[in-house]
Amino acid sequence: MTIDQISVFLENKPGRLAQITDILNKNDIDISAISIADTTNFGIVRMIVNRPGLAIKAIRNAGFTVNTAQVLAVEVPDSPGGLHYVLDILNKENISIEYLYSFVRRPSQKALILFRVGDIERSIKTLTEMDINILTSDRIYEL
Amino acid sequence: MIYWNKTHECMDRRALRDLQKQRLMETVERVYYNVPYYRDLMQKQGLMPEDIKELSDLKNLPFTTKDNLRDNYPYGLFAVPLSEIIRIHASSGTTGKPTVVGYTRHDITSWSELMARTLSCGGATKDSVIQVAYGYGLFTGGLGVHYGAERLGASVIPISGGNTKRQIMLMKDFGTDVLACTPSYALYIAETAMEMGINKEELKLKYGILGAEPWTEGFRKEIEEKLGITAIDIYGLSEIIGPGVASECLYKSGLHIWEDYFIPEIIDPVTEEVLPEGKEGELVFTTIAKEGIPVIRYRTRDISSLKYEPCPCGRTHVRMRKVLGRTDDMLIIRGVNVFPSQIESILTDIGGIEPHYLLVIDRVDKLDSLEVLVEVSESLFSDEIRKLEELNHKITHEIHSALGLTATVRLVEPKSIERSEGKARRVIDKRK
Repeated sequence: MTIDQISVFLENKPGRLAQITDILNKNDIDISAISIADTTNFGIVRMIVNRPGLAIKAIRNAGFTVNTAQVLAVEVPDSPGGLHYVLDILNKENISIEYLYSFVRRPSQKALILFRVGDIERSIKTLTEMDINILTSDRIYEL
Repeated sequence: MIYWNKTHECMDRRALRDLQKQRLMETVERVYYNVPYYRDLMQKQGLMPEDIKELSDLKNLPFTTKDNLRDNYPYGLFAVPLSEIIRIHASSGTTGKPTVVGYTRHDITSWSELMARTLSCGGATKDSVIQVAYGYGLFTGGLGVHYGAERLGASVIPISGGNTKRQIMLMKDFGTDVLACTPSYALYIAETAMEMGINKEELKLKYGILGAEPWTEGFRKEIEEKLGITAIDIYGLSEIIGPGVASECLYKSGLHIWEDYFIPEIIDPVTEEVLPEGKEGELVFTTIAKEGIPVIRYRTRDISSLKYEPCPCGRTHVRMRKVLGRTDDMLIIRGVNVFPSQIESILTDIGGIEPHYLLVIDRVDKLDSLEVLVEVSESLFSDEIRKLEELNHKITHEIHSALGLTATVRLVEPKSIERSEGKARRVIDKRK
């Protein structure tokens, strides 16, 4: 139910992000979602790619610090209050959200949001009980 | 717990201090009457041997430096005629003349005793097969360990350094369980064994008695994992006696200095003032039971601190912190003495592995600034900004509580700090 997200540590220097996309391009790896969190001096690039194992190896070999985290790809109604509906469910269960970002492409009329949560197992249980669709990695890579 | 000489190693501290006082007075008398160099210095200060009555009088005696030993090359500081000397060792002397030391028969016996203690402290017994891969010759490492291992009654393989593949073959065939060499050579042996397709399970190695160069905790872990051993740090220098000045016990929490033979002090390398227990500074030794070349307050230029609290191993002798740096590396930032090794140990404690870091010191508006660049390894990295910021604060906080300095910590990418010949440059001082 969870999806492997790749995170890369980057210093805030010109051209660093392009180096990552270059590595992925050369290895024919497709990025389906990306988000950057930044501070004054450094940033973290988080990505969902179609071949995470290969991507990690290639990025690590180029000398970057990489790790993986498990995230949830959650379908959210694309209408006012859609995201709030999902957040409210998690909030009521007291599940913390570290961060979230969205997919560009979408499988249906719904928006697709990636969640990094404090308690994965409980999130899956709670959301599926509420009939909220969580996509598997197979579906994501097909998009 | 195995002791070689329980009576002395676990001696009551008050009795130990009485013994030190007695031996210090004898030593001062010996150098005053037998070594013109020390007599002149003492006379200039208006000191007579009988002025040294207590251990606290030690601080009134002059220091001895490596240069003083060189200036008296070769035999100027010997306290006995050459006819009493049965062995001569010398340092490599890469910078000018070597420093020469001489041992009487009694000194060789003492040295063997101290090395037998050191080896027992690190896990060796009379049943051990000890491979001595320290160099034999003028260097004190090989013969020092050799005599101690024989005294212990172990089976000694006097193979010396080098010829690594043969070392490993004999290690396997002879069933060596204790390896004595430098830490870097131990790691080289481990890597060569791997290349030869010999894994650690085929060897009987249990303990490594490693010394003669500074090495970090990260380095220790790597050796221990690759060879499947407990790696023990030993400390010594030829000017004092050679190996056998201090040794870690199996608790690996500082090195016991054999205080019935040596009195340690920690001084501020700039003001030369004696520092209290726990403070970091330059390690100074006075030998109190040596005949050939007794040395008064020898400045080692090694950075350490002393800890007198009892050790769980039962030995009462003071422990010195593992030496990680030299006074030559010392920086003065806003009037505070800073050793790069202090920051290194903070980072090692936080990250659990050997860190890559760079200290950048600058002067902005007449005020010193310290910036610490830390490479983010995978063990430090997190996908959450919050955790990386916490890491940043933690490092800043630990540096502040250890040094009293506010540093700007910057997390940087791996390999972004320049390396030369595999070794990282640790300091850029822009004030110069």
